[in-house]
Amino acid sequence: METVKLTIDNRQVEVPSGTTIYKAAKLLGIDIPVLCYMDLGDMNIENKPGGCRICVVEVEGRRNLAPSCSTNCAEGMVVKTHTMRVINARRTIMELILSDHPKDCLTCAKSGNCELQDMAVKLGVRNIPGQEYAEMSTYKTDFSPSIIREMDKCIMCRRCETMCNTVQTVGALSAVNRGFTAVVAPAFEQDLEKSPCTYCGQCVAVCPTGALTEVDSTPKVIRALADPTKTVIVQTAPAIRAALGEEFGMAPGTLVTGKMVAALRQIGFDHVFDTDFAADLTIMEEGTELLDRLTRHLNGDKKVKLPILTSCCPGWVNFFEHNFNDMLDVPSSAKSPQQMFGAIAKTYFADKMSVKREDLVVVSVMPCLAKKYEAQRDEFKVNGNPDVDFSISTRELAHLIKEFNINFADLADEDFDRPLGESTGAAVIFGATGGVIEAAVRTAYEVHTGKKLPKMDFNELRGMEGIRSATIDFDGLPISIGIAHGLGNARKLLEDVRSGKANYHAIEVMACPGGCIGGGGQPLHHGDSSILKARAAAIYREDAEKPIRKSHENPYIQKLYEEFLGKPMSEKAHHLLHTHYFDKGNKDVFI
Amino acid sequence: MSHVKVELKKEDVAKIKEICKTFHNNPGELINVLHKAQSFFGYLPAEVQEIVAVELNIPVAKVYGVVTFYSFFTMLPKGQHPISICTGTACYVRGAEKVLDEFKRILNVSVGETTPDGKFSLGCLRCVGACGLAPVVMVGEKVYGRVSPDGVKDILKEYE
Repeated sequence: METVKLTIDNRQVEVPSGTTIYKAAKLLGIDIPVLCYMDLGDMNIENKPGGCRICVVEVEGRRNLAPSCSTNCAEGMVVKTHTMRVINARRTIMELILSDHPKDCLTCAKSGNCELQDMAVKLGVRNIPGQEYAEMSTYKTDFSPSIIREMDKCIMCRRCETMCNTVQTVGALSAVNRGFTAVVAPAFEQDLEKSPCTYCGQCVAVCPTGALTEVDSTPKVIRALADPTKTVIVQTAPAIRAALGEEFGMAPGTLVTGKMVAALRQIGFDHVFDTDFAADLTIMEEGTELLDRLTRHLNGDKKVKLPILTSCCPGWVNFFEHNFNDMLDVPSSAKSPQQMFGAIAKTYFADKMSVKREDLVVVSVMPCLAKKYEAQRDEFKVNGNPDVDFSISTRELAHLIKEFNINFADLADEDFDRPLGESTGAAVIFGATGGVIEAAVRTAYEVHTGKKLPKMDFNELRGMEGIRSATIDFDGLPISIGIAHGLGNARKLLEDVRSGKANYHAIEVMACPGGCIGGGGQPLHHGDSSILKARAAAIYREDAEKPIRKSHENPYIQKLYEEFLGKPMSEKAHHLLHTHYFDKGNKDVFI
Repeated sequence: MSHVKVELKKEDVAKIKEICKTFHNNPGELINVLHKAQSFFGYLPAEVQEIVAVELNIPVAKVYGVVTFYSFFTMLPKGQHPISICTGTACYVRGAEKVLDEFKRILNVSVGETTPDGKFSLGCLRCVGACGLAPVVMVGEKVYGRVSPDGVKDILKEYE
C-alpha cells in the first residue's frame, strides 16, 4: 500500500495515500472540530461535502485554509490545526452559519443535544455580528405523522441526504435551489407526506440541529395520564431497555429493563406492559404463516409465494409499499408487535378489566419514528379509535423521565405487570438484526418437527453485516434464510429475489442499520457502530438470562390462545392480528 | 419554485424516454438529458422530471435538485412573447431596474414567471451587445432601445 508522510502540529505521521487530513490528525489523537462531516464507521460511508468549513486547517504553502475532512494528505505536507488564523476563521464561519439560524435555542426540541449549539460553545461564539440587519432564510414548517422539518434550522450539512439516499436508498430528500434559498427537501419542495419517505427517522438521528425532529407526543401522554376517566397503559419495545440508559449517562449496552419499568410506574401508567409479549404473539402468527406457506409450497401449491418477508418493521412496510408494489402478497400478513399489542389490549385486556375501549389509552415506547405513522394508519383503528393511541420514542421517554424529575440511576428494579408483560428471550432479540427470524426459527422448528431444539443460539443468524444468509436444518429439511438491515441492503436483497437471482424461504428485514437498536428514535449514536454492537450484546444477554426462550412456551401467550384467540391464524386471530398492504408506488407526487 | 401541472401526451413520454436512451439512461448524464428535454418542451414540468428520474433510476428529488440549482433550467413554460430585460452593467446604470419594475407592475409577475394567460413571460439577461441603446429590452427576437419606464406600456400594446 502506498503511503505518504506528513507533519501535523509538529508531529510526523505516515498514512495510506488517500487519507484525509482529518483522519490522519485523528490517528495522532488531534481532534479537529467537524460539523457537517459524518463517519458511519463499519458501513464505510462518510458524509463529507466540505460544506460547513468548520474543520479548516492551515497547510504550509497553500494560500487559503483547507477543509480537513475532504482534503487528502500529500507527501511532505505541513499542517497546523489551531493557529490564530484557523481559530479566527472557524469562529467567523460559525458566526456566519448562526447569522442565518433562528435564535430560539431555549425552547428548541434539540436544545441540550444539539451539535450546532455544542460547536458554538466550543468555538467561543459570544456575538453574531450584523444580525440586527441580516436577512434570514425562512421555509414553511413541514409536519408529517412522524417527522417535523423545520428547515429554518437547516445548516445544509446534508447528512440527512446521505442517510436517505446512500444508506437507505429511499430518495426522499435532496439539496434543492441555490444560494440563500438552498434547502434539503423532497422533490418539488412538497411535504414529506407526499414523498417516498418511509419515516425510518435515520435523517432525524443524524441531524446536527433542530431542523429534523420527531413529532413530540409526550404532552398528549401527560394529558391522558392526568385524566381520571382514562386507564393508561404502556408497552415498551425490546430495543428500549438496551439504549435508554445512555440518555442518563450510562455506558452503551447497559440493560435498564427494571429501572425503566420503575420509572414508567412512577410517571403514573396504570399498567406497565411489554411489547415483547406481543413479539411472542407475532412469532406465533408469523411462524405459523411461514410453516403454512412452506408446507403448501412443498406440496406443489403454485399459488403460494415464497419467500415470506417479516413485516414487524413499519419503515420496511412503507418501503415495500412504495418500491416493491408488485410483491405486496409476499410479506407476512402478521401485524407488527406494536399493533398486535394494541389490538389485544383494546379487546382481550379491556374486557378483562371491564374498561371501555375509548377509556383505555395505549401508549407505546418505540425506538422508532415510523411507529408513530403506523399507529395512525386507518386500518389500525376501530370507529376512529386507534389500537395504539400514542407512540413515543426512546428519546421522548427519556425527556418524560427527566420532566417528572425521576432520579433514573437510583431506581430499584421492578417487574412488568401481567398478563401483557410476560415475555420470552425470543421476543427480546426482536430488537437486533436477525432476532426476529431467530425467534421464528426457534418456534417453527419445534412446531414443524415435533422435536426439541438441539440448541437455542443461532449464531449464524446474528451479526452486523448488512446482508446475511444462512441455512437452518429443520430435521432434514434445509430452510434458507436471508437477512437485511438498512433499507439499501433490503433493496439489494429484494431485487435479487424479484429477478430470481436469490432464493429464500424466509427473509427478515429491518429498516434501520443494526435493527431496532439503531432505530431513528434511539439515543443518538452518531454512526458509532461500537454503540450498536454494545446494544445488541445487551439484547442477547437478556435473552440468555430469560428462563423461557421460545415464544410458544410463554404461558400467558398459551393462555391468550386458550381463552380468547383459539389457535394461531384462527378467524379471530386473523381479524385482530393480521393486516394487508397498500400500493403506494403510483402515488401522485405532483401538486 | 412555482410550477404548473401538465398532462403529458403519449408521444411526449416516448420522446423523454428516447432522450434518456440517447444518453444510455446513465445517471451521470442527468444534466445533458435535462438540457435536451428542455430544448424539446421549452421547460421542465414536474411530470417530465418524474419520467427522467424513473428512466435514469435516480430519486426525483435529485432531479428536482439539479433543475433548481441551474438557472438555465425552468419549470415554467415561456410565454407566447418572452420579454427579456438586459440588466448588464450599461443597461443597469441607465435605469434597467426601473424598466423591469414597470414590466413587473403592469404584468403582475416576477422575473422567471409567465402571465396566467400565457401571453408574456418575464426574464433578465446580461448584455445583448447593444450597450449604445441602453437600457435594452427584447420581446421575442425584437430589440427595443433606450426604453424608459413610461415606454413600457407602449411596447406591451404592440402585442395585444
